[in-house]
Amino acid sequence: MADATAEGGLTGSETDKRGRLLTSDGTPLRRALERANRRRKLTALALVAPLLAFILIFFAFPIAQMMWRSVDNPQVVNALPRTLDALQDWDGRALPPEPVFAALHADMVADLDLPRREQKIGPLGIRLNYELSAARSAISRTTRDVANFQEPYSEAFTAAHRLWGDVELWRIIKREGKPLTLSYYVAALDREYDADGNIVKRPENRQIYVSLFGRTLALSLAITAMTFLLGFPIAYYLSILPMRYANLLMIAVLLPFWTSLLVRTSAWIVLLQQQGVINNTLVGLGIIGDDGRFSLIYNQTGTIIAMTHILLPFMVLPLYSVMRTIPPSYMRAAKSLGATPWTAFRRVYFPQTLPGIGAGGVLVFIISIGYYITPALVGGQSGRMISNEIARHIQQSLNWGLAAALGSMLLVGVLVLYWLYNRLVGTDSLKFG
Amino acid sequence: MSSKVKLIALSSAVSVMALSAAANDPVSLTIVSWGGAYTASQQRAYHAPFMEANPHVTIVNDDGSANALAGLRAQAQAGNVTWDLVDMLPSDAQLACDEGIILQIDHDAMLAPAPDGTPASEDFLPGSLGECFIPQIVYSTVLTFRPGAFPEDNQPSSIADLFDVENFPGRRALQDRPGTNLEWALYADGVALDEIYDVLSTPEGVDRAFAKLDTIKDHIIFWTEGAQAPQLLADGEVAFATGYNGRMFDAIEVEGMEAAIIWDGQVVEWDGWVVPADGPNVDVVMEYLYWATDTQRLADQAKFISYGPARASSAPLVGQHADLGIDMAPHMPTNPDNYFAPIVLDNDFWVDYGDELRERFANWMLQ
Amino acid sequence: MSMPAYYTTKDKIWHYTFRVICFAIFFFLLAPILIMIPLSFNAQPFFTFTREMLTLNPEGYSLRWYRDFLGSESWMRSIRNSFVIGIAATLVSTTLGTLAALGLSRSEMPAKGLIMGILISPMIVPLIISAAGMFFFFSSINIAQTYLGVVLAHAALGTPFVVITVTATLVGFDQSLTRAAANLGASPTRTFFKITMPLILPGVISGALFAFITSFDEIVVVLFVAGVEQRTIPREMWSGIREDISPTILAVATILVLISVALLTVVELLRRRGERMRGLSPQ
Repeated sequence: MADATAEGGLTGSETDKRGRLLTSDGTPLRRALERANRRRKLTALALVAPLLAFILIFFAFPIAQMMWRSVDNPQVVNALPRTLDALQDWDGRALPPEPVFAALHADMVADLDLPRREQKIGPLGIRLNYELSAARSAISRTTRDVANFQEPYSEAFTAAHRLWGDVELWRIIKREGKPLTLSYYVAALDREYDADGNIVKRPENRQIYVSLFGRTLALSLAITAMTFLLGFPIAYYLSILPMRYANLLMIAVLLPFWTSLLVRTSAWIVLLQQQGVINNTLVGLGIIGDDGRFSLIYNQTGTIIAMTHILLPFMVLPLYSVMRTIPPSYMRAAKSLGATPWTAFRRVYFPQTLPGIGAGGVLVFIISIGYYITPALVGGQSGRMISNEIARHIQQSLNWGLAAALGSMLLVGVLVLYWLYNRLVGTDSLKFG
Repeated sequence: MSSKVKLIALSSAVSVMALSAAANDPVSLTIVSWGGAYTASQQRAYHAPFMEANPHVTIVNDDGSANALAGLRAQAQAGNVTWDLVDMLPSDAQLACDEGIILQIDHDAMLAPAPDGTPASEDFLPGSLGECFIPQIVYSTVLTFRPGAFPEDNQPSSIADLFDVENFPGRRALQDRPGTNLEWALYADGVALDEIYDVLSTPEGVDRAFAKLDTIKDHIIFWTEGAQAPQLLADGEVAFATGYNGRMFDAIEVEGMEAAIIWDGQVVEWDGWVVPADGPNVDVVMEYLYWATDTQRLADQAKFISYGPARASSAPLVGQHADLGIDMAPHMPTNPDNYFAPIVLDNDFWVDYGDELRERFANWMLQ
Repeated sequence: MSMPAYYTTKDKIWHYTFRVICFAIFFFLLAPILIMIPLSFNAQPFFTFTREMLTLNPEGYSLRWYRDFLGSESWMRSIRNSFVIGIAATLVSTTLGTLAALGLSRSEMPAKGLIMGILISPMIVPLIISAAGMFFFFSSINIAQTYLGVVLAHAALGTPFVVITVTATLVGFDQSLTRAAANLGASPTRTFFKITMPLILPGVISGALFAFITSFDEIVVVLFVAGVEQRTIPREMWSGIREDISPTILAVATILVLISVALLTVVELLRRRGERMRGLSPQ
């Protein structure tokens, strides 16, 4: 700013031939202002640049790279170039002809000559097994003595493993023989390819991801509803109290907010387990028998209770800040005009809290659908959410493509919700503490 | 590679001390295992004595085994392998082996023979050695029940009884994964032990297993973490629970839980070592492995945890529990009295069909 | 709040019921956290109150879980790690975040909405996705399982909080003060340190505290990116809960609650001071 005034300062009413205003050094005023403006823009950008670069490199790029894995499909292309070439004119109806088997033989033999770390056959088997169970052992068993195969290769291969005689395996090799694939998304949506290459629903007994997404949404909605039911009364109560009492009671909301997530989760384990505080107290008081202990944990109940507690402050804080700004005179006016307290609340007060409900609700919902830790620790099987499945595929089943597809779907969902949140309340309203 | 390893094997066969005799630079080995009591047993049986004999070696424990596959693959893809040795299940080892990210093992060249000279490949229990996998222990998933849940003259004794809710009413705690449960369903339905995986490889066989599970579905509670199973029994939540034999041993023998193990149809599985390819100290790791998987060392581990040694020659050497003074042999899954009707978990089958069956099982649980 | 005189019986019943409901909810919020404190002094390895504890018999109480905690090498290392990583990550995110906030609050800033969106994305993206992405990327550039990797990851997660709190402070910032300083001949750097910095300092500090607590409490990224050397307190608690939950967890939890009380107090004091300094006195 200092630069702009120093350089672009007006010294009088000098004008050029065309009547444009000039600065003291003779440049047209407009250009001087533009230059000053550009400089200010650059200064602003320069201040933001380090962080922007940091976030782009260490945050945005890794996520983009991970999402790329959901379509990246190098295994078949790398391992079987000759076979794919030979398969080009194959119609996918009957078993491929002998030249294809010969090409497969050539591909496998060539691969086995490579140093072990560069061999492509192992990853190929794992990749094909995602599409067809036992395809992995078809590959690995064949690899053992493929070097000794004699013509006709089609017989040698089918003798080595039954799947080489299955048209399905060949269709998959041809379909996945492209550098990019949609098959991880197809699987993530509980679909599969049929013999004609159409995407159809999987047999009902193998559908899990769509219902897992559904369950994640349902649990998140339940948690959002619970935080609203519990958050609304106390936010209202805090908003009508005099400031010094409200500040005191606010500690009850802020302390959990500032307490470690793991601490709160372990607190709920202590309270809810079979031999925990709640069950023991109920048994001790004779309310339930020793054999009638409630199953409060390692199921959906556990997830809902613990997450409601953990996310409640995220509902109360925005609600409270909105309610504080609603003048009590509105309610009084409505009542004095003859409305019952309930009508006055419903017609006058409640609508004014909607921005707060929207902000808190979307915030809690966004956080819940991506939650991982608490469901993993207290959710058991029925309280697990989509994040847990993503983690499982990354860390245990090693199906990184499917994990990336599930993750990308979750990410897109969250970003859409966030966009909605932004439309509703604006980012500026995000405040903490 | 293999001749070099043979040389090393030879030298350490003479004495572990030979290693430390040379002027060795300090080496730090990162060994990944399961953590908790299991890592503790390895620390006492293998790591501590090895470090004592080789003062230049420091062993750092990392309890990342549950997610070791992902770590191995990520390290291999980055070309920056920081793990020296990883403890994992054979099915995970098979996947890693297929990917070429762990070393292939020439068992007779890299592992010590039995004291009587039997080569390693014959001394380790049948079916336990993998292309890239060196077994350490054998553990089993067993059916356990609460005697008090049934009249004295009608106690359960077989896997079939688990599926018989009329004669043996009460809730059953099963693990929330298809492995073990599907095998037992077929076994209880009359499939011979050695045909279980053949039947399970067919769609009809899978349907048959799920149909059998359907008959007890309303009586099942699922457990996830190994510690939950004995807890459910101890709390009287369930009449039957499936669980790892080591956990059940602890609960019954150490904590005095009232429960009995049914060894019929025990599902036997191995656990063991794999060596990451391009690891930082492969030579030292090979020396460690040669020593830590010999007959005496494997028998030693059973002093600290109730899992059976993976070598036949170790079995007679299994003594008493180091802290409890209990004779460990009768509690070993491989004890002949217990090993009368075992189902040896077929890892190749589970690597092939695991994804599909897990999806189906997850779907079935939620129905 | 006293009750107005014109309240009917029904109003009165509602008045009291409402308060009872509210206090029940406050109880729900606080009780789980507070209940761990006495339980952490349990002499027995149980998670419930023993008879001795309920009768206030001193024998029912002990410090054994605190001794366990203090005597454990892995817990002590995790404390050291949590502070080292937390402080390093806070320094990075506070420096970068404050600079960015200064740029963002300039009216000339182009593409403000887009850039703000990118900068606060670490707060929006589900942690499991951030963690997975960082796991793959950090492995490929060889900083997975290093302190540097965890610090960078936590710095990225902490910056949105710094950007948001400092930007909020700057909204109430009177730009004529810097112009006055400039007119009086101060260099931009001098203006920043003598005028801007003292005024936005409360915002910077509370942003830094948020960044610190984000790192201090973070577990998902640690699960994916950290090695055994970099284990933090939450990571150690995670193992404790999954494997064999013992009351040592409660002793750690109690200490962490005390830390959060301290942090909460600091943030609250700063907020009030900030409001005073900007002339927005609390009502």
